[in-house]
Amino acid sequence: MSQLGQVAGILRKLNEEYQISTPKKLKLIDAYLIYVLLTGIIQFAYCLLVGTFPFNSFLSGFISTVGCFILAASLRIQLNKANQSTFNVTPERAFADFVFAHIILHLVVINFIG
Amino acid sequence: MAAKVTTNQSSIKDDSELTANDPELQTNVSSKKRLSSSSNMLATSSLISPTGLTSLISFIVLTCAYISGFMSRLFSVIRFESIIHEFDPWFNYRSTAYMTENGFYNFLNWFDELAWYPLGRIVGGTIYPGLMVTSGVIHWFLHMINIPIHIREICVFLAPFFSGLTALATYLFTKELWSRRAGLFAAAFIAIAPGYSSRSVAGSYDNEGIAIFALMFTYFLWIRSVKTGSVFWSSCTALSYFYMVSAWGGYVFIINLIPVHVFVLIVLRRYSLRLYVSYSIFYILGLILSMQIPFVGFQPVRTSEHMLAAGVFALLQAYAFIDYLYTKIPRAADIKQLFFGLIMIVGLIVFAAVVVLTYAGYIAPWSGRFYSLWDTNYAKIHIPIIASVSEHQPTTWTSFFFDLHLLICLFPVGAWFCIKELTDERVFIVLYAVFASYFAGVMIRLMLTLTPCVCVLAAIALSKTLDYYADTETSDMSTSPVVPTNDGDGDDTESDKNNRNLYDKAGKPKPIPGRRGTPGTNPEAEEDTSIVSSNIKTVVVICIAMMLMLFAVHCTWVTSNAYSSPSIVLASYNNDGSRYIIDDFREAYYWLRKNTPERARVMSWWDYGYQIAGMGNRTVLVDNNTWNNSHIALVGKAMSSNETEAYKIMTMLDVDYVLVIFGGMIGYSGDDINKFLWMVRIAEGEHPKDIREQDYFTENGEFRVDRTGSPVLLNCLMYKLCYYRFGELQTDFRSPPGFDRTRHVEIGNKNFDLQHVEEAYTTEHWIVRIYKVKKLANRLQAKNALRQVQRRKSIYSTTKKVAGQARKQGVILNKPQIKKGTKISKRKT
Repeated sequence: MSQLGQVAGILRKLNEEYQISTPKKLKLIDAYLIYVLLTGIIQFAYCLLVGTFPFNSFLSGFISTVGCFILAASLRIQLNKANQSTFNVTPERAFADFVFAHIILHLVVINFIG
Repeated sequence: MAAKVTTNQSSIKDDSELTANDPELQTNVSSKKRLSSSSNMLATSSLISPTGLTSLISFIVLTCAYISGFMSRLFSVIRFESIIHEFDPWFNYRSTAYMTENGFYNFLNWFDELAWYPLGRIVGGTIYPGLMVTSGVIHWFLHMINIPIHIREICVFLAPFFSGLTALATYLFTKELWSRRAGLFAAAFIAIAPGYSSRSVAGSYDNEGIAIFALMFTYFLWIRSVKTGSVFWSSCTALSYFYMVSAWGGYVFIINLIPVHVFVLIVLRRYSLRLYVSYSIFYILGLILSMQIPFVGFQPVRTSEHMLAAGVFALLQAYAFIDYLYTKIPRAADIKQLFFGLIMIVGLIVFAAVVVLTYAGYIAPWSGRFYSLWDTNYAKIHIPIIASVSEHQPTTWTSFFFDLHLLICLFPVGAWFCIKELTDERVFIVLYAVFASYFAGVMIRLMLTLTPCVCVLAAIALSKTLDYYADTETSDMSTSPVVPTNDGDGDDTESDKNNRNLYDKAGKPKPIPGRRGTPGTNPEAEEDTSIVSSNIKTVVVICIAMMLMLFAVHCTWVTSNAYSSPSIVLASYNNDGSRYIIDDFREAYYWLRKNTPERARVMSWWDYGYQIAGMGNRTVLVDNNTWNNSHIALVGKAMSSNETEAYKIMTMLDVDYVLVIFGGMIGYSGDDINKFLWMVRIAEGEHPKDIREQDYFTENGEFRVDRTGSPVLLNCLMYKLCYYRFGELQTDFRSPPGFDRTRHVEIGNKNFDLQHVEEAYTTEHWIVRIYKVKKLANRLQAKNALRQVQRRKSIYSTTKKVAGQARKQGVILNKPQIKKGTKISKRKT
């Protein structure tokens, strides 16, 4: 039981730390990430229930969610002030790259969805 | 070390440059920034600005590499004509011609009826369209600006054109890894290295010509994205990977090497957020882009070859998430053990998931082509078609030197230098070297993937060596202290020492042992006896220059003599040295094209299928695609059976003409009799009751076509078609009629008649022989016919097996046994 208590304590501490230290811009991106993750889980559950008949459509939709998740996570990483030493990009450049990659992703997704 | 620091500096500054393909602009800007950051030296130079000189030298060297790469591949065009070589390129050419005539959508949906006679071939779904699309785009563009070049010329010269681009891509790749000097060496090496030019001569219109360019360009973009962690470069890597997937089946190498690189970086504790960003974006975009090629289809999520990439992706997500959580915990350093334990657990879970899915059938196991790289005996036993291709044989030691000369000796040195000064990107080149060496040892065709890696590492070794030895500052220029030139790029030959002095004049003095000079004095050439003097350095540099010249001579010689034969036109030389062209193949295909009905079906061995379809424009039964093993086995069975059995198979397959290649008259060794055993083996794989390989050997186990040959061999269809009427021909007054010049024996079965086929055409040197299959006879001959048909008596010695007595040397057959003494005993016969 003490183990559970410890884990709960760690989680609570993590939550507090998160609420305090993260700026609003990053929290926005985090909310978007959680939304995309939920969409991906719903799609995968649907596929497990109904079957994979138009397999290319399922793949296209699922990879679209994973791709959006990855790109938003990369944007968050690049916008985070703590990582300024690793990356050498301005926030505008990070967002422009994000848009560029999204264009490629969605063009291919629309082509593949059949 | 100074070199490392500056390279990193320049790479970060280069991040803002989008002109990856424009070396001049890039070197200009970056060298300007570098120079301004070190000191103000521009004021001291008079006529030539060092930055301009650097970029000028780079530009000149790259242009020379491009031109020499292009020119060294043109031997066969100059000696013969501009023609498509070999076998596979004929199909690529035919489909490209189809695409330029009928448009892109008709090409994607093309169903080819001329191949695989009763089955046809869905071309759109079974090829890698990158090559055809590239030629098609070039053709469309040139025609749009009113330069009407025929599609055949574009196809012939595409590979040399792309080899120059490969040199540029290798330059960029090596520049990211080491320095610009090494990059220039690498570009020069790969432009002429025989390992690469063997598959990209003019006329060799095959996937590898553009695939190696796509490979090096993808690797360059990957290294750049790992170094900068930029989303833009990762997306460009994915786009270049898409081009590579469309070009060659060897893209599996990329999609396995990059995950291995990521995994090794994680194991080496070199994980960073840049790595996470670059690999995740590359994997996701690359995954969905690669599935757009119809031939690849759903393989990236369903086969074992692609599972490593997916597994590393999952592992990386878990690692990044746990790492992020750890940044939030204040006392992270205490629970480092837990961190690594968690990561290992996640890794094991992913691996177990992949294994379970494979056993459950959701993920296909390794396909035969790739499994035979791991277990080299697999193909010989199970898939004889893969084992029979000469390119799939193991590599001999001599071919490493033949294809790479000096570079294979410098290659381990370069690998060692990279290991000594390890960074994230140098891990990649070391892994590439290890895996490419293994694969090149397994299969001679994969020498091609080893060549760029060897060029890069040899360039690094040579560049580091020359950095030290070419740096021969002598005492006459020492009015100012001289500094080592590790932070200056662009000088790669010893003749540029003067230039080095130019922009070092006002440099800061650095304490380098043996080269310290105070202003105004004339320092000795060696103050320290442990440092090599400038004379010895010059000698070493001259020796290196001579070795490089020998390398260039060797490469040109190899390309000219060994790799420039079109194999569809043969040349031999008379006693007086004049050239004699043997053009039998094209003669036969042209005859087929003009003298047979348009819908005639031609049966031949699968080697020649593409050429017959391409040049003769007739339907073939089997061709080089070899996708249907049973169909090929049927053809093999027809060739190996006697004439009556073969006739049954040929009528079932609806064959009109049979084509065989026979080299016995001129000594051509690539003919069908030499390939015959593979036909038998492949037929035996499908029809083991009818065809047995042992039947075709003599009792001693030899494969002979003379009198001692096995009767099954001497009566099979292939034998009869090759040697029909050959018994009357006397090629040389010293040898008997019917002397086979390739096997160097007199054939055993002469003067026979053919019953179900008749000879349609034999070329000038008897290389290609075409026979027409006769229809069923109208009347069968009655048994007690009044008319006797004279048939020539076949001169053919039978080999009746006498139990244990035949064929032993010195044994008299049927020798009567004499028993001494007593009663008369029975004779043993």
